[in-house]
Amino acid sequence: MTKGILGRKIGMTQVFDEDGHAVPVTVVEAGPCRVAQVKTPEKDGYTAVQLSFGAPKRVTKPQAGHFAKANIDPARYVVELRLDEVGEYTLGGEILADVFAAGETVDVVGVTKGKGFAGGMKRHNFAGLSASHGTQKKHRSPGSIGACATPARVFKGTRMAGHMGHRRVTTLNLKVIAADPERNLLLLRGAVPGPKGGLVMVRTAVRVRQRNTGKKAS
Amino acid sequence: MNKTIDLVERTHLRDDLPDFRQGDTVKVHVRVVEGERERVQVFEGIVIRRRGSKLSETFTVRKISFGVGVERTFPVHSPMISKIEIAAHGQVRRAKLYYLRSRIGKKATKIKERRQA
Repeated sequence: MTKGILGRKIGMTQVFDEDGHAVPVTVVEAGPCRVAQVKTPEKDGYTAVQLSFGAPKRVTKPQAGHFAKANIDPARYVVELRLDEVGEYTLGGEILADVFAAGETVDVVGVTKGKGFAGGMKRHNFAGLSASHGTQKKHRSPGSIGACATPARVFKGTRMAGHMGHRRVTTLNLKVIAADPERNLLLLRGAVPGPKGGLVMVRTAVRVRQRNTGKKAS
Repeated sequence: MNKTIDLVERTHLRDDLPDFRQGDTVKVHVRVVEGERERVQVFEGIVIRRRGSKLSETFTVRKISFGVGVERTFPVHSPMISKIEIAAHGQVRRAKLYYLRSRIGKKATKIKERRQA
């Protein structure tokens, strides 16, 4: 069953595992979440649950009505989680950090830190031009962006300067190191997209890594 | 420092180790796991550096082994350290004793004794 929970990224640190290795972890304040809506194929054409999380800043009347329907307090964030089947989710049900246990693999969806309008060096790891050898005012330029009379244009998709960051990114297959439902905390191995305090969704991994046994699949 | 992260780290911090500083000669008892078996190995030498804070704090021990300088860096709060014994307190004027690396012979391991207050 696909499980999911909304949370707030708190920051990174390291902890020691049972083998004594230092493990880099991201601390996520996960939940408590409430189910604001259950979507079914009969009514909505697909299966999903709406998870709500966080203290609201302001609640509009349509929102208030939507939350009242589920008989839950208004929340700041509402995010949908697609499912294969509704399963155990019920309208207004509570989801705590203990939906995940240590050792599970999860995906984390977040919005990355915005970098604004960034040049080719920062955005695409271009090398820039030479610092010396007569280079003038072009040290961070991308260099050539194409040929000359043929094709006489710049190809679509050519990597150039532009807006960087602040886009939805999913980090796949992070291991849950610990779950603490009392303090609403999840410790995930490795980094997670977004700034500290940013909204993240933690869900069951969709593409679990197959162990390479060296044998061909039969 | 974030309060929540502090809470997470606190459960891993150790308070059973003695205070030691750079210049001290220590015996670090390291747990070594070999397959199923586990034993304790002692690494004795001079602490030439302590860096970082809280859970990520580490220290480096230098010794001369068969004429070759060997340095090992340990996390202070690592569960792999079973015990730290202080063999001698050293009196030094530097925070990082990297100058010991360029010393040869007797001088490489000799550090003035620190008087205990």
